[in-house]
Amino acid sequence: MGFENFGTVSFTAEAKAADFITYLEAGKVMATRCRKCGVSYFPPRMDCPRCLSSDVEWFEIKGDGKLISYTVVNYGPTGFENDAPYILALGEFDGGVQIFACLSRDIEQKDIQIGMGLVVSPVKLPDNRIAYEFKKG
Amino acid sequence: MEDVAIAGAGQSVFSRKCGVSIRELCFEAFKEAMEGLDITGDDIDASIICSAPEYDKQRSPAGLISEYLELTPKPSFYVETVCSSSSTGLRVAWSLVKAGLHRVVAVIGFQKMSELTSREAAERMGRGGDIIWESPFGLTMPAGYAMYARAHMAKYGTTEEQLAKVRVKNSHYGASNPKATYRKELSLDEILGSEVVTSPLKKFDCCANADGSSCIIVARGDVAKGITDVPIWIIGLGAATDTMTMSGRESLTGLRCAQEAGKQAYQMAGIGAQDIDVAEVHDCFTISEILAYEDLGFAKPGEGVGLIEEKQTYADGKMPVNVDGGLLSKGHPIGATGGSQIRTIVHQLRGQATEAQVKGAEIGLVHNIGGIGQYGNVTILRR
Repeated sequence: MGFENFGTVSFTAEAKAADFITYLEAGKVMATRCRKCGVSYFPPRMDCPRCLSSDVEWFEIKGDGKLISYTVVNYGPTGFENDAPYILALGEFDGGVQIFACLSRDIEQKDIQIGMGLVVSPVKLPDNRIAYEFKKG
Repeated sequence: MEDVAIAGAGQSVFSRKCGVSIRELCFEAFKEAMEGLDITGDDIDASIICSAPEYDKQRSPAGLISEYLELTPKPSFYVETVCSSSSTGLRVAWSLVKAGLHRVVAVIGFQKMSELTSREAAERMGRGGDIIWESPFGLTMPAGYAMYARAHMAKYGTTEEQLAKVRVKNSHYGASNPKATYRKELSLDEILGSEVVTSPLKKFDCCANADGSSCIIVARGDVAKGITDVPIWIIGLGAATDTMTMSGRESLTGLRCAQEAGKQAYQMAGIGAQDIDVAEVHDCFTISEILAYEDLGFAKPGEGVGLIEEKQTYADGKMPVNVDGGLLSKGHPIGATGGSQIRTIVHQLRGQATEAQVKGAEIGLVHNIGGIGQYGNVTILRR
């Protein structure tokens, strides 16, 4: 299985990084690390352009991050008409890893603050789709 | 090696719906660029066609447009850096002329966005991000810039009212631009009261999708002198990139691709920000113009809002910016925009600007950004 059920609308399926989805189904949001030079990647990469190695290992993103920025999208593109309003956000986690995702619908807009604590976790979407989202840390 | 100049510059009227085909749209810009030059299409050695794909159905538009303008059998090819495609085209044209391969090159940018609905266009632009990792969340172009706006506000205290003042200025100049989509002055209250598209950006913080074309005739210096009375010299070029992903960005309070491109262009021209008499910056959103002030060194980081508060970026201010109305008034037909910005600066340096002429302008700058800060292009021109 690849990325065909990832997010509200997916645009391509095949990728060497497709194990990400298997981990996500199992409740984990994962990044990769190059075994040769130690650099971490999110979005995960299966190839390291610095040392030209494809020997990478998966590790789970755990712990609290913080909110860098966000926007409440009131006008969704084709395929997202029924999602709006939704909140896009950028979070920063351990080791400077940054993640782009939606803020959970459980968070009220009045409670959103730049710098607030976040955790990232898988979320089931309608029609057997899956993604990850930010919840309050 | 010979210097390289712009001999002619033209654009179509930018509008929400042009009602003509893309080849006919390109003819309008070509006509304006060529009128008054002492050459014909036979003297154009190559054409570079610039647009973002998937707005119209035509594949490989370079072949179509070079045929319609009777530029065959000369070479023609396509370049793309989304919203900065025609600035990239200009960079390639400069290289071809500088290298001695061609004497005269036409850079033709176009976009016919009205072939799509507004939601479909938003989806295409969303796929201008990373389609595996970010587009599936519903990323849009305004949403990306809105996240920059929110981060700028959090770090520097920038307000929605300050952003709106950019639109007040640009709508003032756009009102007298016969090529602009929006020719109406907007008040601060109208802008602040418009509906929120993607917070904190409101409808009037955003430029509109549009149809339009632009054409720049680039020539070897000695050739340019022979075909136009006032060649405009290309003295600085900068180009840079940043990550496709939002998650790869080092900061959301400035565009690294613009900072880097600006540095390169200033260095090549041997000048600094203080030497610029007039600038066109990529105000796809009001926040984008504030970021440009800071990224180009017109103001220090976090102090860009001071320029608009003090009206220093009006035509009679210290650093006039977008005194043709900018993308906010003209509309933003993606592939045509860079060429339109170049055209405005060419007019300014020739003393022929119709909206607001900056007195005695000799050096002008164009800042043209592709995507949500993925591609940065800065061009410096001298009379």
